[in-house]
Amino acid sequence: MLSLRNLHARVGEREILKGLSLEVPAGEVHAVMGPNGAGKSTLSYVLTGRPGYEVTEGAAELDGVDLLGLEANERAAQGLFLSFQYPLEIPGVPALTFIRTALNAQRRARGEAEMSAPDFLKRARACAADLRMDFDMLKRPLNVGFSGGEKKRMEVLQMALLSPRFMILDETDSGLDIDALRIVSEGVNALRAPDRSMLVITHYQRLLDYIRPDRVHVLADGRIVASGGPEMALELEREGYDKYARAA
Amino acid sequence: MNLDEAIRLRDPTRLPSRRDEDWRWTDLRGLLRTLPEPSQPLPTDAIGPGPFDGLAGEVLIVANGSGPEEIRIGEGETRTLVLRHISRGDGAHTSRLRIDVGPSARLTLLESHEGGGAGLSLLGVDLQLGADSACERLVVADMDPDAVAVVELDARLAAGAGLSQTLLTTGARRQRFETRVRHPGQGAQVRLDGVYVLRERRHADLTSSVRHEGPGGRTDQLARGMVDDQARAVFQGRIIVQEGADGTDARMAHNALILSDRAEVDARPELEIYADDVACAHGATVGALDDEVLFYMRQRGLPEGEARSLLVASFLGEVIDRVGSPEAAERMRSWLQARIGAGD
Ligand SMILES: Nc1ncnc2c1ncn2[C@@H]1O[C@H](COP(=O)(O)OP(=O)(O)OP(=O)(O)O)[C@@H](O)[C@H]1O
Ligand SMILES: [Mg+2]
Repeated sequence: MLSLRNLHARVGEREILKGLSLEVPAGEVHAVMGPNGAGKSTLSYVLTGRPGYEVTEGAAELDGVDLLGLEANERAAQGLFLSFQYPLEIPGVPALTFIRTALNAQRRARGEAEMSAPDFLKRARACAADLRMDFDMLKRPLNVGFSGGEKKRMEVLQMALLSPRFMILDETDSGLDIDALRIVSEGVNALRAPDRSMLVITHYQRLLDYIRPDRVHVLADGRIVASGGPEMALELEREGYDKYARAA
Repeated sequence: MNLDEAIRLRDPTRLPSRRDEDWRWTDLRGLLRTLPEPSQPLPTDAIGPGPFDGLAGEVLIVANGSGPEEIRIGEGETRTLVLRHISRGDGAHTSRLRIDVGPSARLTLLESHEGGGAGLSLLGVDLQLGADSACERLVVADMDPDAVAVVELDARLAAGAGLSQTLLTTGARRQRFETRVRHPGQGAQVRLDGVYVLRERRHADLTSSVRHEGPGGRTDQLARGMVDDQARAVFQGRIIVQEGADGTDARMAHNALILSDRAEVDARPELEIYADDVACAHGATVGALDDEVLFYMRQRGLPEGEARSLLVASFLGEVIDRVGSPEAAERMRSWLQARIGAGD
């Protein structure tokens, strides 16, 4: 599904991804772990097309479609979703309005019919209930004044409503309390499907107890330096990244 | 400097110029070497629909400067007036309408300035508000890009009166809205809001002065706008709290969005306070749309133009939220929406 080959990317003058290769087959969940500053968020921005993140070499494809040649919104319409490590606030635009506008923009881009307001509201209510979110929160400007944990929950709510094919979760667990972590993980697990995949960036095994990954990768110094099964996360938690940092 | 005389006497030396402190950013003298001929009379039967059509209210037309000169609203009456200023051709004209609102009367003034003319105009309203009366003046201005226009309001309030104003404009070659209010305090309330949406080489100037002459008055002002391309906005807000106008509460905010490197915003908020126990606040911001926020919105699937329009519309829409008449507010909101979307 997602195929990254020898990706090199820079921000300004600085090269941050230095030949990153990764394959995530359809239906699988892959975890990416790695020390602070290794380039995990950079990878998520490069894939989603954030301006200022320049790919100098390599390829990134989603189901054979070259992502690098597309605008950020075109990538979203292709079904790529990023749950931001630090979600942004959108003053004056109620969450519901924002998500519906985004959903319909995606549908238009794919040549699908727009979703009517009543249908959308019905789905939004159901998703909010699943994530134990107060529906009134969705009437407030998106993320404005929300707590860190509330913002993360709102990211997962948007993800559920936009139903993307490929999801990148960048430290979605950080800022969540113990109950929220479980609820949000259930929400994420509900999105697992044979034709969908995920890249879950995290520092903690805790999240991976809920969202069981098929593979775990270590990203250090701009490259994937090791890959293994779910047990590798436990090993990393015990031993840290020392040996990989040295290897990298 | 006297614009009215300049037009009547066709004397460019009387035009306001950059040497007049209050006109330094809206120089007319430097713009017009000669004054246009007086405008031709404009028959009112061929005039198309206006922006407030369909809302209940008596329609008054000022066509190339000619129209009614005086209106009275009797004590305790409630009225809606639709006042359409229509300018066509390249000539110059002036008009002055006096509106007297009797004690405890209510007036909604739905005013439009409709384009088509590249000339020079000075359009004024003198508003007298009797004790405990209220007036909401809602203005939308869509002028010719080549028009040069000054629109004035001189308002005088009695005790307990209320004046609320919301101006929406897309500017002109050079355009100024000047609002002067004499505020008696004593329970009187003033709201002076405005929105500008300026593109290409358009110019709009929102200038106001409110003079608090008695104790216990309130003034609340919110101006917002966006400038794109090579447009230029001017905001000058002056609030004077005279000696004896104790306990005045005055708030002023001006927030501008600059969407292009070559656009410009000049702002001058001024508070002059000579009284005691006065609560005054002013805030001013000039900035661009946040790139990180735009990327976030695009990551969710919004094309850049749509993301920008949504941010601009919500930013400017907060001014419309303060409009009192719900039906007029809806008209103004869609009017604004159409002008925000237009450039993308
Ligand atoms: N805009 C930028 N300008 C310069 N350097 C940047 C920029 N963005 C990221 N970097 C640098 O790139 C490196 C990788 O950052 P990135 O945010 O991808 O790390 P990360 O792996 O997500 O770390 P964390 O675990 O702390 O979230 C860091 O050294 C960071 O300082
Ligand atoms: Mg990160």
